[in-house]
Amino acid sequence: MTWIRKDLLGLEDLSREEIELILSTAESFKEVSTREIKKVPALRGKTVVNLFYEPSTRTRVSFEVAAKRLSADVINIAIESSSVKKGETLVDTGRNIEALKADIIVVRHNSSGAAAMLARHLNISVVNAGDGWHEHPTQALLDIFTLKEKLGHISGLKVSIVGDIAHSRVARSNIWGLTKLGASVTVCAPKLLIPAAIEQMGARVAYDIDEALSSADAVNVLRMQFERDSGAAFPQQLEYFKDFGITSERLKKAKKDIILMHPGPINRGIEIESSVADGANSVILEQVTNGIAVRMAVLFLVAQANDKSQTVKVSESQSVRESK
Amino acid sequence: MRIAHEILEKNKGTENLCLIGIRNRGVYLAQRLAGCIKKIEGKDAPVGILDITLYRDDLTLIGQKPVVRKTEIDFDIDEKNIVLVDDVLYTGRTVRAALDALVDFGRPKTIQLAVFIDRGHRELPVRADYVGKNIPTSKAEAVEVRLEDTDGKDEVVIIEK
Repeated sequence: MTWIRKDLLGLEDLSREEIELILSTAESFKEVSTREIKKVPALRGKTVVNLFYEPSTRTRVSFEVAAKRLSADVINIAIESSSVKKGETLVDTGRNIEALKADIIVVRHNSSGAAAMLARHLNISVVNAGDGWHEHPTQALLDIFTLKEKLGHISGLKVSIVGDIAHSRVARSNIWGLTKLGASVTVCAPKLLIPAAIEQMGARVAYDIDEALSSADAVNVLRMQFERDSGAAFPQQLEYFKDFGITSERLKKAKKDIILMHPGPINRGIEIESSVADGANSVILEQVTNGIAVRMAVLFLVAQANDKSQTVKVSESQSVRESK
Repeated sequence: MRIAHEILEKNKGTENLCLIGIRNRGVYLAQRLAGCIKKIEGKDAPVGILDITLYRDDLTLIGQKPVVRKTEIDFDIDEKNIVLVDDVLYTGRTVRAALDALVDFGRPKTIQLAVFIDRGHRELPVRADYVGKNIPTSKAEAVEVRLEDTDGKDEVVIIEK
């Protein structure tokens, strides 16, 4: 299995083998962060630009740490302080970054499809760090990596995703990734936060939290994204906690060693009880550690695929996949 | 077996001696050497595994993308006598990468090099301390070491490219 994509835009496009290649590469990279000198020269002389149109601390820092452990140079562009305020378009910004001879753009944008559009217009690599409600592939990959590390396999697992499914790119990427690897996924949320087409993606829907927890091997708790509130869809915070919050009471009815994940930032007392977030089932901080290894693997693979004349545009790699 | 004797002679026993195999076949050869050393001295020499993919200078040049695998050195290499083990010594670039990788882990007292086959054509000032066999080759040939552990059979094959 060889990685040939210049970009990582989402898990929907990837084959099972490609996802497994990222995971196994990440496994090797995890060791680097345990060394005294936490650095390898693999991307020496490469430039990674973090282009973030939405606020983010953990994802941006994680990508920055990952790039630096590969010896790449990193430039962070926060949109509040950039020319976008003067009216520059996303593609123009991307072209300028390309003209600076950067090698990889890591982009976070509030519009679904932003990363894919950028990738179409540029020859350098684009890594999607979250586009609107669409996908957040590296988050799902690190969730899956953590699950696999804990349980040894993904195939056959039952994973529940609880929370604001409608607005969640993390949920979508997780559903694509987990189902491709043979896990079954249940999503659970108030009715108004379950999008209509979610079952077509291969997920089961539960409206009752105890039902979603009862047989699950792992539960991924999502943050309520109140900043995306578009109208009447959101329940009151207290009401949500009462009906869907993950509490120690509710966990007592679940499998004893259920794995509790959260992509962060956590809102204690809204979607998760404080003691549960810090409890024995929680792997929230391990997810953060694993995120570095996963992002190192992604940066390494796209940089390698895009080196020299070997540029493979998305359309070509898709036809390769289809012809298999 | 002869190399194992040579290693023990030069290092005066197994004290502070560590073997580090370069992926892929160097690992199996290192384990075999450790087995021979155990037979001779009755003592274990720790064996580590080094993956040099991330240290290569020709990542972009080789068609087949190498798969990154784990480096496993679970002992301290500071002040140790390290014997790097690989199957074929050719241009010396793998050894250069391995040296870079090793110094990221610490400061060994000495680093020695044991190779099963030396086929010449060095591009860097590298020489082996222990050589199983010198095989003069042309650059148009490829030397493949096949081992029971990886290929089901112990043999060295010279192939016309």
